[in-house]
Amino acid sequence: MADSLWIIGVAMTKFMRYKDRDLIDLGTEAATAALSDAGLTIFDADILAAGCLFDTGGVGQRLQKQIGQTGIPVYNVTNACATGATAFRVAAMAIKAGEASIGLAVGLEQMGKRGLLGAQPAGKDRPYQPSGRYGAVGPVEGVLGTSLMPGTFAQAGMEYAYQHDGVGFEQFARVAEKNHAHSTLNPLAQYQKAFSLEDVMTAEMIAYPNTLLMCCPTGDGAAAAVLCSGERLKSMPDIVRRRAVKVSASVMTSDPYVDGGAVQFDVNTLTRQAADKAYEQAGVGPGDLDLVELHDCFATAELCHYDNLRLCPEGGAGEFIDRRGPWRDGQIPVNVSGGLLSKGHPLGATGIANIYEVSTHLRGEAGDRQIEGAKVGLTHVIGLGSACAVHILEKSAA
Amino acid sequence: MSAPGTPARGKPAPAAQAKPVPEPTPDTQPFWDGCARGELRLQRCRDCGKPYFYPRPICPECGSADVEWFPASGRATLYSYVINHRPARGFEGDGPYAIAVVQLAEGPRMMTNVVGIPNTPEDLILDMELQVTFEQRGDISVPLFGPAGAAR
Repeated sequence: MADSLWIIGVAMTKFMRYKDRDLIDLGTEAATAALSDAGLTIFDADILAAGCLFDTGGVGQRLQKQIGQTGIPVYNVTNACATGATAFRVAAMAIKAGEASIGLAVGLEQMGKRGLLGAQPAGKDRPYQPSGRYGAVGPVEGVLGTSLMPGTFAQAGMEYAYQHDGVGFEQFARVAEKNHAHSTLNPLAQYQKAFSLEDVMTAEMIAYPNTLLMCCPTGDGAAAAVLCSGERLKSMPDIVRRRAVKVSASVMTSDPYVDGGAVQFDVNTLTRQAADKAYEQAGVGPGDLDLVELHDCFATAELCHYDNLRLCPEGGAGEFIDRRGPWRDGQIPVNVSGGLLSKGHPLGATGIANIYEVSTHLRGEAGDRQIEGAKVGLTHVIGLGSACAVHILEKSAA
Repeated sequence: MSAPGTPARGKPAPAAQAKPVPEPTPDTQPFWDGCARGELRLQRCRDCGKPYFYPRPICPECGSADVEWFPASGRATLYSYVINHRPARGFEGDGPYAIAVVQLAEGPRMMTNVVGIPNTPEDLILDMELQVTFEQRGDISVPLFGPAGAAR
């Protein structure tokens, strides 16, 4: 079993809508950039893990036809919005198990302009269509909760606001104000435009309290990471060792049963469990974190995750954003990349793109958006239905 | 054996369709640009020297990303073929026709059609020398191969 796990190469494409390039083009760009970042070629990799949610037709093997068919095992994974992180973990587990010493994980997605996932265009009348076994399943939308993403996460936010003082529309809107502001420093972000709090609050209402500017966009992009065992790292050149990022914790959880969870998604419990386990695994606490990239698919989600990831005292997420705790010059910078809200969220790429972001800061290579002196960072993704991944990354001591 | 273009089992003949036209991608654009100028282009690794085809950004031999395009001679030999009696869409007027694998002088193999000679086992002699020729289909010039030295 590998003694430790390291990231020695990491890269992402710009997130945007690509008209002239396809999924495999994007994956190829990210994969080759990550390999060359590590000073390696595909011939050095012992395993390829590919994560893509909407295209499940042998994406990893199709990627190999461009980046090189070397005969290594390929794992194609889908795991909702945690798809990219799952691919990362497949490579990580192969190294930990001793089956591989170098692994390549690629997350890639081409979504185009899909609108709000799960939602129908306003005003469009859709006749009742029975489905399921014996046609016995009727639509539950609006009867037994909602499966629309903006609504699901709005509900989670409203529940948090109900349970805790000092949390309302304005606090949720401040999250989006922050992430849009952060994105202006990130050239790889899909949008790089700041919006005032008023802009955010007066934008089109999608699912209260989430306005349009509090919902992440759909888009295209890819991210890739080259993982390496501690043993193998020892024989790497100095330049690789100096830039290596330690994976101090790699944790995945799914929903434990909770009352009501069968009807309305519970985005909190699995995140809390993953975070607690990750802190224990890494031997660090929230107070040690220099930056966090968390899953702000909607502004309401980010606020809940301040609490779930223990970045603020229990119930204190409203106060945390009010005092600018998660701003890039605050107590624990959160989503300095612009987050999903502005950097974008090509589903399969997201769980590696956040690892790219934190790693780049730990290496001191984040340019204008660098968090000075960053030594420890945390990444978090959550996919409904459900999968949550938390990684804690640390700057190389070498 | 049915004559070329004869529909099977009395079904109505499908309406003749244009032959499919390849769509250039970022990786293949230089190849199609070459074809448009009557030039068959391949890629070569600047690190290990290996010439290769189909177009891709990484050398399949050594994994290097330092690769370049170069004009190939267009010379090839017939490596293998299959004679297809059930034409694909757009090829209704051509059957039976050979789908051939040619060995390019530079090393890589390419799949193509052989033109300029009857597509029969008697006329398709393995290892026979071939030369690239181009057929315009819509906006795209498609590389095909004919007998070397044949007047075109």
